[in-house]
Amino acid sequence: MSALIRHLLALASGLLFGLGLIVGGMSDPAKVKGFLDLFGAWDPSLALVMGGAVAVGLIAFARAARRERTWTGEAIELPPPGRIDGRLLLGGLLFGVGWGIAGFCPGPALVALGALGSGSEAALIFVASMLAGMWFHDRFLARAA
Amino acid sequence: MQIAWSQFTPLHALIGGQLIGLAAALFLLGNGRIAGIAGIVASPWRALRQRGWAGLSGAPERSRLMFLAGLLLAPWAWRVFAPWPGLTVDVGPLGLVAAGLLVGVGVRMANGCTSGHGVCGLSRLSLRSLLNVLVFMAAGFATVWLMRHGLA
Repeated sequence: MSALIRHLLALASGLLFGLGLIVGGMSDPAKVKGFLDLFGAWDPSLALVMGGAVAVGLIAFARAARRERTWTGEAIELPPPGRIDGRLLLGGLLFGVGWGIAGFCPGPALVALGALGSGSEAALIFVASMLAGMWFHDRFLARAA
Repeated sequence: MQIAWSQFTPLHALIGGQLIGLAAALFLLGNGRIAGIAGIVASPWRALRQRGWAGLSGAPERSRLMFLAGLLLAPWAWRVFAPWPGLTVDVGPLGLVAAGLLVGVGVRMANGCTSGHGVCGLSRLSLRSLLNVLVFMAAGFATVWLMRHGLA
């Protein structure tokens, strides 16, 4: 029973997340690139999306730190503090370049894919390539255990 | 740097952002996990590659797949109330492939993306996430500058 509730909560989370992206305009790569066009015609909207999200997130994570358990009683699994290393920074660099090229990152690309409208073919190519990139990393670039 | 006032949508941006924050809070308190899309995609993808369909049978992966289903269905929920706003992509297939590959490698290497490190990491006051965010933002700014102004 609690597994079903967790699955439904997960579905609701994804739905809400996607709606947030759409409302915020982040499902449109043109709007994302408008933010990244810092030295051109700059659209600050993405900064406010991030700001709005973090404003709510700060409260949520502060609560979670005290609770340690989910509403259905499972442990809250937060990633342990990791190292600040080259992988963190190089990964950020590669991600940022890819993001800048297409204006897609994982979430918005999936929303665009699900829309099955214009732009969904582009999202499909991006997502397929992203999956390939993830495979490539795990196969050849993963940190040796 | 000039602000594109005609494109700036502060109210929608703030509301959309808060919905995203709410979604992350819901996933955290309901499923006990970080709403980092890169990880939510990468985990079942890797489970599928390493263990086939059996890899997707456990509750953790099932929850992630449900989250992804929610993302994919969001435009349809939206369409109940308003027309789909559509999107504009200004790169061709080659650019999309390159971008996808870079994003796929990059988010795995850094173990996070705009939602994982950006929204959740910053909300947790993670220095590690802040550094990742600063780097990917700088890279994004530089890339768009190059594409729109540097190589023009």
